[in-house]
Amino acid sequence: MTPFNRNFGQGKRTKAVRPDMNWEEITKAGNVYEPGNANTYETGDWRTIRPVWNKDRCIHCLICWRYCPDASIIATDGKFDSFDYKHCKGCGICANVCPVHAIDMFSEDEMDRQKEAKRNEE
Amino acid sequence: MKNKVAITGNEAVAQAMKQINPDVVAAYPITPQTEVVQIFSSFVSNGQVDTEFVTVESEHSAMSATIGASAAGARAMTATSSQGLALMFEMVYIASSLRLPIVFPVVNRALSGPINIHCDHSDAMGIKDAGVIQLFCENAQEAYDNMIQAVRIAEHPDVLLPVSVNLDGFITSHALDVLEVLDDETVKNFVGTYQPEEYLLDAENPVTMGTLDLYDFYFEHKRQQVAAMEAAKKVIEEVGREYEAISGRKYGLIDAYKLDDADMAVVVLNSAAGSAKGVVDELREKGLKVGVLKPRVFRPFPFEAIQDALKGVKAVAVLDRAETFSTLGGPMFADVRTALYDLKNDIKVVNYVYGLGGRDLRLEDVEKVYDDLANIIKTGRADKFVNYLGLRE
Amino acid sequence: MATLKELSKFEERFVGGHRLCAGCGHGISVRMVLNAAEDYNVVVGCATGCLEVASTIYPYTAWNCSFIHSAFENAGATISGVEAAYKSLKRQGKIDKDFKFVAFGGDGGTYDIGFQSLSGAMERGHNMVYVCLDNEAYMNTGIQRSSATPMGADTTTSPAGKVIPGKQQPRKDLTAIMAAHNIPYAAQTSISNWQDVHKKAKKAFDVEGPAFLNILSPCPRGWRYNTPDIVELTKIAVETRFWPLYEVENGKWKLNYKPKKYVPIEEFLKPQGRFRHLFAPGNEHVIKAIQEEIDNRWLALLSRCGEPQELPAK
Repeated sequence: MTPFNRNFGQGKRTKAVRPDMNWEEITKAGNVYEPGNANTYETGDWRTIRPVWNKDRCIHCLICWRYCPDASIIATDGKFDSFDYKHCKGCGICANVCPVHAIDMFSEDEMDRQKEAKRNEE
Repeated sequence: MKNKVAITGNEAVAQAMKQINPDVVAAYPITPQTEVVQIFSSFVSNGQVDTEFVTVESEHSAMSATIGASAAGARAMTATSSQGLALMFEMVYIASSLRLPIVFPVVNRALSGPINIHCDHSDAMGIKDAGVIQLFCENAQEAYDNMIQAVRIAEHPDVLLPVSVNLDGFITSHALDVLEVLDDETVKNFVGTYQPEEYLLDAENPVTMGTLDLYDFYFEHKRQQVAAMEAAKKVIEEVGREYEAISGRKYGLIDAYKLDDADMAVVVLNSAAGSAKGVVDELREKGLKVGVLKPRVFRPFPFEAIQDALKGVKAVAVLDRAETFSTLGGPMFADVRTALYDLKNDIKVVNYVYGLGGRDLRLEDVEKVYDDLANIIKTGRADKFVNYLGLRE
Repeated sequence: MATLKELSKFEERFVGGHRLCAGCGHGISVRMVLNAAEDYNVVVGCATGCLEVASTIYPYTAWNCSFIHSAFENAGATISGVEAAYKSLKRQGKIDKDFKFVAFGGDGGTYDIGFQSLSGAMERGHNMVYVCLDNEAYMNTGIQRSSATPMGADTTTSPAGKVIPGKQQPRKDLTAIMAAHNIPYAAQTSISNWQDVHKKAKKAFDVEGPAFLNILSPCPRGWRYNTPDIVELTKIAVETRFWPLYEVENGKWKLNYKPKKYVPIEEFLKPQGRFRHLFAPGNEHVIKAIQEEIDNRWLALLSRCGEPQELPAK
């Protein structure tokens, strides 16, 4: 069994190739036959700051969508829909380009602490 | 229908390319390959082929564009020599690892420096470990035949590897030779239509090729290439048999000449095998049991066939038209000696490096080799493993 | 010009899950360029570099289209081969779908090691778009200087030392060199102006024949600026005339943006760690040299574009 490898995750994230497969089982020449299957690889845990959408302020100009390096702003029918937190790396560009300050950046640690505190209260 | 024609090796290669009618050729001129490119260009400009001809600015780009074309789903070819092959060296490895069935003639020429335009095999030997199939041709006829078979070998689903077809610069490439060519229809049917399994221009099934392959899979992909090389041996023989049916000419992994009862054998590639065969005929008349083994395929290395052909001999001389500077002789010597090691017949194997930079291999040089072998058998001793033939010492 | 509302409806060609650094300019640039290909089938070629290694770690691909990488110095040649195959197969009726071809290279793979292959591809007239994602150094190997690195920049092979204050030479003007190939379309653009990038990318895809785009695509790690400020920074690059926006269409040079006032280069240098040493006493002459170079090149550009040759008012 191939040891755990961060580049690969647990091997459950792709149907086609798993890390324990032998040379006869994996795809030929390193070809990848599932276009865009990188979206099954999560980069959200790189994030230290988290963008949070302020629905009331948003004017759906989609400048944030245009400038996201990780295609992590989901636009539906030409409107801001949601953040893809599985892939958002927390670069903060969206909050900076937003003309109406409808995106706030919060520390992930701080948010975790708040969540924890809330859970303790309950 | 077969036709006898008098053409040069380069013309024979270009003729084969015309009949194969590849979708894309990307090539750069270099002596002594230039004629191949020139002649083929005229086929393109006269509308005799469907080929898109990419007149690249270097051999590195020649192989790069050929890789792009092949990956896109085209039957693609290039052609080169010497420094050109050295410049595309990086891309030859990549063509193989991407498992692209690219066919490319290599008109063998010495590598610089000093610069020299004449024949030796140092160019081809530079890519012997690149994962490409290497076919060698004694004359223009074989160059023509091997080009056509190369397409089928390369594209076989068990193989999918680049195939280089080697012919001796000037000796074969520029000398007029009488050979038999097949008619266009026969070649067309023999090579068939290329149907890649996956290709970039498949709009319904986009594919990513040339990924970053780290320590978790790279090794496995290398193992796949080895398996393809192994499979190639069988495929080369199968294709050879099919080709015999349309041409009447026999092609296997090796060409064993008068080896059945031989005591002494010379192993040699390409045109020099012709000279060696001539010497063998003369020595046979004198009653000497001599033969020649000419590997047609150098990569994958046909060691089983070589073992089988040489198991009865007492002494073998491997003639290498390339140096390795390892102080252990030429590249083929090491491989042949390794193949014979397990036979435990105490076959003496010695090496002769010859013909570097186009130096002639004279018949008396070959006679001297057989003389030496006879002496080795008589004394039971081979004092010198590595010898130089035709060198002023 | 399509609105973002409309553009957001095209399929995403470069998906999340790639391993580019947070805030990398390349992610933004690639998404903008491929968005301009709209519904066409696309084959993307890539030179070795950050974009390629981060987007195709086996068995993953961030490319939602066909993609090929073969080596560092040959994206131009590789995509020419793909395009040649397309022409041949289409002519023979072996395929029927329409395709667009685009090659991405960093400044290393474009200005330097891949320059010959690019030049050859452009000269041969393949119907392809070559996009240089210029982040002004070899970032993938850890920030070494390239011929696109600006004068004075501190990189790991042009380190700011006690005697030599960073890179000694001004940048190569690649866009002008590509324009000199007399290709149908060559342009320089900056992600600070997404409309400009979109317009140029669309033109590049639409012209018959080769097109070249040079995009200023900052590297947060190599330039050492505050990551979220990428748009402001590329905007200052345009305002200071460090990175003019222009296009050359069928030999006609056109300036796309003329700054109203003279913004000194310090404004661009100051936010970036790679230029920090230039503000130490004794290095004033470097900034002065950078400014002179920029002003001279600006005047030359104005002349090529048939504009009055004057610097913006101070």
